[in-house]
Amino acid sequence: MVESVYPRLEPLLPQVTKPVQYVGGELNSVVKDWESADVRWALMYPDAYEVGLPNQGLQILYEVLNGRDGVLAERTYSVWPDLEKLMRSHGIPQFTVDAHRPVAAFDLLGVSFATELGYTNLLTALDLAGIPLAAADRADSHPLVLAGGHAAFNPEPIAEFLDGAVLGDGEQAVLTITDLVREWKAAGRPGGRGGLLLRLAADGGVYVPRFYDVTYLADGRIGSVRPNRPCVPGSVAKHTLMDLDDWAYPRQPLVPVAETIHERYSVEIFRGCTRGCRFCQAGMITRPVRERSKATIAGMVETGLQASGFSEVGLLSLSSSDHSEIHEIARELADRHEDTQTGLSLPSTRVDSFNVTLADELTRGGRRSGLTFAPEGGSDRIRKVINKMVTEEDLIRTVTTAYASGWRQVKLYFMCGLPTETDEDVLAIAPLARQVIKAGREATGRRDIRATVSIGGFVPKPHTPFQWAAQCDAATVDARLHALGAALRSEPGYGRAIGLRYHQGEPSIVEGLLSRGDRRVAAIIRAAWADGARFDGWSEYFSFERWARASQAALAAEPVDLDWYTTRERDYEEVLPWDHLDAGLDRDWLWQDWQDSVAADGTAEVDDCRWTPCYECGVCPAMGTEIQTGPMGPPGSRQLPLVAVGSGAGRPARELG
Amino acid sequence: MTRLSVTGRPVLESVQHLQVRYAKRGRMRFASHRDIARAVERGVRKAALPIAYSAGFTPHPKISYAGAAATGMASEAEYLELAFTSPCEPEDVRARLDAALPDGIDVIEVAERGHEPPLAHLEASQWQLTLPGVPPAAAQEAIGEFLATSQVEVERLTKKGTRRMDARAAVISMELDRRATAAQPDGYGILRMVVRHTTPAVRPDDILVALNRVTGLTLSAPPLVTRLAQGPLDEAAGTVTPGPGSPGAAADRERET
Repeated sequence: MVESVYPRLEPLLPQVTKPVQYVGGELNSVVKDWESADVRWALMYPDAYEVGLPNQGLQILYEVLNGRDGVLAERTYSVWPDLEKLMRSHGIPQFTVDAHRPVAAFDLLGVSFATELGYTNLLTALDLAGIPLAAADRADSHPLVLAGGHAAFNPEPIAEFLDGAVLGDGEQAVLTITDLVREWKAAGRPGGRGGLLLRLAADGGVYVPRFYDVTYLADGRIGSVRPNRPCVPGSVAKHTLMDLDDWAYPRQPLVPVAETIHERYSVEIFRGCTRGCRFCQAGMITRPVRERSKATIAGMVETGLQASGFSEVGLLSLSSSDHSEIHEIARELADRHEDTQTGLSLPSTRVDSFNVTLADELTRGGRRSGLTFAPEGGSDRIRKVINKMVTEEDLIRTVTTAYASGWRQVKLYFMCGLPTETDEDVLAIAPLARQVIKAGREATGRRDIRATVSIGGFVPKPHTPFQWAAQCDAATVDARLHALGAALRSEPGYGRAIGLRYHQGEPSIVEGLLSRGDRRVAAIIRAAWADGARFDGWSEYFSFERWARASQAALAAEPVDLDWYTTRERDYEEVLPWDHLDAGLDRDWLWQDWQDSVAADGTAEVDDCRWTPCYECGVCPAMGTEIQTGPMGPPGSRQLPLVAVGSGAGRPARELG
Repeated sequence: MTRLSVTGRPVLESVQHLQVRYAKRGRMRFASHRDIARAVERGVRKAALPIAYSAGFTPHPKISYAGAAATGMASEAEYLELAFTSPCEPEDVRARLDAALPDGIDVIEVAERGHEPPLAHLEASQWQLTLPGVPPAAAQEAIGEFLATSQVEVERLTKKGTRRMDARAAVISMELDRRATAAQPDGYGILRMVVRHTTPAVRPDDILVALNRVTGLTLSAPPLVTRLAQGPLDEAAGTVTPGPGSPGAAADRERET
C-alpha cells in the first residue's frame, strides 16, 4: 500500500506561491488503483508545472500508458525552492500530482528533457524522492531512472545519474519497456536491477550508459566508447514512430486549473523537418518527415476541443506551414469552428514558408496581435552559412504584406555567435529592422508599426552539422548585442518602433557545456547543484559564477576546462561523446555539410528534400522508409518564414530600449 | 435589429441570465479567482452552453463574478452569473456545467435572475475557521474577549497599497461551532462568524490578525477557512438570511435540512 503524501503536504501549501500547481485534479487526469497495475511509471518534466503541464510529449506518454490495463502513470514536476525547503524540513518526498504518491514507490521514473538546463532539477527531484543520485548507488527497490526528449540524444553529461536513456519517439518505446519490466517482475526479477537493464539494453532499444566504457586520451579527448557486455549494441538507434495516424494522441488533453504557458489544444500535424537549417538540432534528430493526415487532424481537434473546452487550437510541428495540406487544414478548421470563438495558431518554434492568405485563415474573425518571423541571421551571408534560405527582399516583401493586411507588430528572431559570424553580420540586423518599419509605414500610411528584435546566443548541438563548431564566447556575444542595441538606438525616428529583447551570452555557455559535454560534466552538474543551482532556465535563478566555480572545482584534475567544452572547435577525427548514439544521420554527411557551410568560396545550399532530390543525409535508408507527405505538391512559391504568435511567452529575457 | 461586432459578424443578444452558486472544495480551495474564472470559461464551452459573447476584436464570454473567496479558502457559497443567447433549463445547466468542471469546483444551484441587479444582496458571509493548535476552551475565551472589544485596527498590503480597516466592526457575530468542534479529530476549536462585506473587504485572515492582537491567539498551522453562506444580512439577528429568490437562499435551505 502506498500512501498519499497529500495530508502532510496540504498544511504547507498556504505558505508557498501558486499552491494550486501542486494539487493535481486536472480535467482528464487519471488516478488508478495502485494495486490494479503491475507496472507503474512516474513521468517527470523537470521544470515548473506551468511549463511542464502543457508539454505534449509527457501528455502523450501519460495517455498511452494509462490506456493500458495493468499500467499506471502519474506526473511529477519540479517544485519551486519555497516548497522544496518546506518539503525538506517536513520530510515530504517528491510526489506525483495525480495521487500524491511518493516517486520512489514507482517502478520507473521517466524524465523528459526538452533542454539541458533541466539537469539540476533532475537532481533535486531524485534527492527529494530519496533516490540515490548516482545510478550505481541504487538498489533493486529504487525506480529505474530513464531520460527522454531531445536532450537525451546526448545524455552523457547526466549518464552517471541515469539508468537509461531513450532516443527518439516515445510512444512505442514506453510500451516495449513496460512489457520488459512486467516480464522481469513476473519472472521473479532475475538478475536484479542489472538483469533488467541488460534486457532493456538488449531488447528494448534503451541506451544504458553503464554498459559502455569511455576511455580518454592524455589531452582530454575521448579515446573510445565501447560496450562492456556482449549482448548490447555498439551503437544505439533512435526510436521512430512511422505512422502518426495510428497514434492520434492526446485525445483527452490535460486541462490545468493553474495558469500555464500554453492554454490550448495542441495537435502535432507532422513530426520531423527537412529544411536543413544547420543550427537546428530538432530538425536533424526528428527526421524523416511524417505527416498526420488532414482527416486525423480534424478528428483530433474535434474531440480534443470537446474534451477540454479550450478556445485555441495550436497546429504544432517544427515548421507547420510546410505541411503539404496546410491550407486545406487551416481553411477546414476555420470553417468547422467558425462562430465558436475558437482561435487557430501555428506556434512553431521554428518557422517556414507561410503566406498571408494562410495567416488570414488562422485569424479569421479573431485578433491580429503579432506575427513572428525568424530570419535567424542578420545578413544574407550568414543566413547562407546556417542554410536558412531567406533573402532580405523576401523578408521585406512578406513583412510588408503582413502590415498591409492589418498586423501592427512583428517579431524578428535572430541568433548571435553563429559560425563565421562577424560584428557586421549582427549589426546588419539594425538596418534590416529599420527597413521593416519603413516598409510597414509606407504600406499602411501609419506610424504605429512596431517590430521586436529577439536575439540569443547560438549553442552548437550534437547531431547537427555545427556539432564540431566552436561556440562563440560570452564576451563576444555580449559585445555584439551591446553594439546592436546602440545601432538600433542610433537612428532617430525608429526609437519607439523597434524593441530589442536579448539573452546574454553566459547562460548559453552553460547550455553549451551541458549540450556537448561528456561523462566528466556530471561532476560539474553535481557541484553546481550542491551549490544551489535550480531552475537554470530561469534568469532569476541562473548564476554563471556558480557554474564557473563548479567547473573549476570539478575539472581541477582533468586536462580540460569549461572553454575546452564550449569555445573549442572539434576536428573530424575526434570521438564525440554521442558518436555511439545514432540519430539516423550519416556522420560523413554532417561533416560535409559543416565543411560546406564554412567554405571560403561561398556556402553550398541544401534544399528541402521534401520538394527536391534526396541529398543522402542517411536517415531514410537506415529506417527503411522515405519521407511521408500528403497528396499535395510543393507550395506554389517560396514564402517567408512566418508564424502566428501563440500565447506562450518564451524564456525570460531582458528588455532593452 | 441585429447588432454587428467590429469584425462584421452578428452579435447574439443575451436572453437569459442565470445565477450560479458553486463550491470550492478540497484541494480546489487552492485555486485563485483567476484559476476559477478560466476553468468556468472552459467548462461553459465544454458543456456547449449558449454563452453570450461581448462584441469587439477579442470577444469575451459574458460571465460575471461576485467577490471570490481568497486563494486557500474553501467555499460552499460562491456566485457567478451567466448570460445566454438562448434560454436553458437551470437544472440542466447545473448538471452539464458541473460535469464539465474539475472535481472540487462543484456547481450547487442554478437559478434564473429576476429583475434585481446581477448578484445583488451579497451583503455578508458566514465563515467557518478551524484553528490548528487552539483547544475549544481557549477559542471560546478569545471569542469573548474579541467581542468585548469595540474596535481593532488591522493593516493589509493590497495592490493599492497598505489599507487600514476596523476588523471588529465588520464582525456581526462570532461563536464557537460546538457541533463541528466536537467532531474535529485533533481537538481543535472551530469558529463560526458572520462578517459584513465592506470596502476594503475585511477577510477572515484579517480577523485572525485582530484576534491575535486582542487576545494573543496563535495558531500552530494555517487555518482551514470555509465560506458557508453569503447573502443579505439580518442585522438584528446577526445572521446571513437570504430571502427566497436571492443569491444565498439555497445555501440557507440546505443548512436547514
